[in-house]
Amino acid sequence: MIDFVQNTVDGMMFGSSYALLAIGFTIIFGVMRRINLSFGATIMLGAYIGTWLHVHHQVSVWIVALTILTSTVLVGIYVERLCFHAIRRSAVLASMVSSFVIWMQLEEAAIHLLPERTYAFPALLAAGSFELGPFLFRAEQTSMLVLAMIMVGVLHVLLYRTRFGLALRAVSENSLAAAYMGINAAWVTLCAFALVSLMGGVAGYAILSTDAQVTPFFGLWATFKGLIAMMLGGMGSLPGAILGGLLLGVVEAHALWYLGNEYKDLSAYLLLFGMLVLRPGGLMGQRILSREALAFRRV
Amino acid sequence: MPENRLVFPYMNVEENLHAGAYSRRASEAEVAADVADMYRRFPRLEERKGQLAGTLSGGEQQMLAIARGLMNRPKILLMDEPSIGLAPLIVREIFNIIRELNAEGVTIFLVEQNAHMALTVAHKFYLIENGEITFSGSPGELAEDEVIHRAYLGSQKD
Repeated sequence: MIDFVQNTVDGMMFGSSYALLAIGFTIIFGVMRRINLSFGATIMLGAYIGTWLHVHHQVSVWIVALTILTSTVLVGIYVERLCFHAIRRSAVLASMVSSFVIWMQLEEAAIHLLPERTYAFPALLAAGSFELGPFLFRAEQTSMLVLAMIMVGVLHVLLYRTRFGLALRAVSENSLAAAYMGINAAWVTLCAFALVSLMGGVAGYAILSTDAQVTPFFGLWATFKGLIAMMLGGMGSLPGAILGGLLLGVVEAHALWYLGNEYKDLSAYLLLFGMLVLRPGGLMGQRILSREALAFRRV
Repeated sequence: MPENRLVFPYMNVEENLHAGAYSRRASEAEVAADVADMYRRFPRLEERKGQLAGTLSGGEQQMLAIARGLMNRPKILLMDEPSIGLAPLIVREIFNIIRELNAEGVTIFLVEQNAHMALTVAHKFYLIENGEITFSGSPGELAEDEVIHRAYLGSQKD
């Protein structure tokens, strides 16, 4: 029983980072109805630039963290300009292919920056742990959970209490009507990319801190985990992204403990497969669909 | 005020109204006062202010679309087919609202295929056939049958 609870808690802690990645995908999908495949690579290049500074110029950890955040935002803006702004809104497939191409480009740039397989990642918090009753908590994972909760809170206020949030939700619900309200969709989209990249930078930093290393596989990994978590929760749903991320983390933690490491990733794909068969809209997606059907009936 | 209403379905009624005032860059208090104004004008919207706009009935959505348009304090309110997809009773209600708004001094430019209803509210009307204005005047200058005939079937001069 204690094992079970411990695994669940561990899973939720790691799952909170999946949730942050999924929020990145879901906001872009919500605003643009497009999937940004290069999101993971965006975070990776940002993290590589920070690590490169650390490896070659021995700058302090704080500067590394700051560099990672700013460079992730800049890379995110670059992606938006080059492969989303430049392509017509209705061209869903073209933007998906181009975001895949940019993914390759960003990864290549990162690998040229730091060509070896692994580099130690300069974490802000030293690895440590503390006990609470029979349970063990890793300090860096706990801080990741706290960070994720703070960011979700800030995001909620931003989306539901500010002018920018109103504009962003308006564009994501009906871009034509938003244009009639005088909302500049191009500007809102650019801001959304910058915001999401900033969140991705924070998530990437937290994840790499617990891993204590960076590898060229990070971009692929982040894209997979974020996409799976988003699809579990329901595309375009914010609470869904959080729920999907936590669920993915918990399932992976249990699979790792009871079945072994080789089943950890497999369990994620099985979970996604099961979800797509049983509830194709995801956890929260289905509810939204039924609400839409209800609205349709009343009209 | 767009055709097919285009309210924001996952925002509640109040948020839709706030979105309408987006481009005005007015202060919170000013917008709140205008929202209260809309609720006085459309009590039904106040009853449903916390409800998601997508779950309103067609007539209520049309009211919301009108109120959202007014939130921008337009010099002239452009209305594209306000009767579209609504039951005849609701259409009458919407046209009553149009008449009231106009009586309060709002200039309205109405595009409407329901010629009969449009003629009951208009002070001046234009008939467009194949993209050209073929008649302009005030209601009564042309027999209603003639208007309707030409609006739907086009003029047959020869």
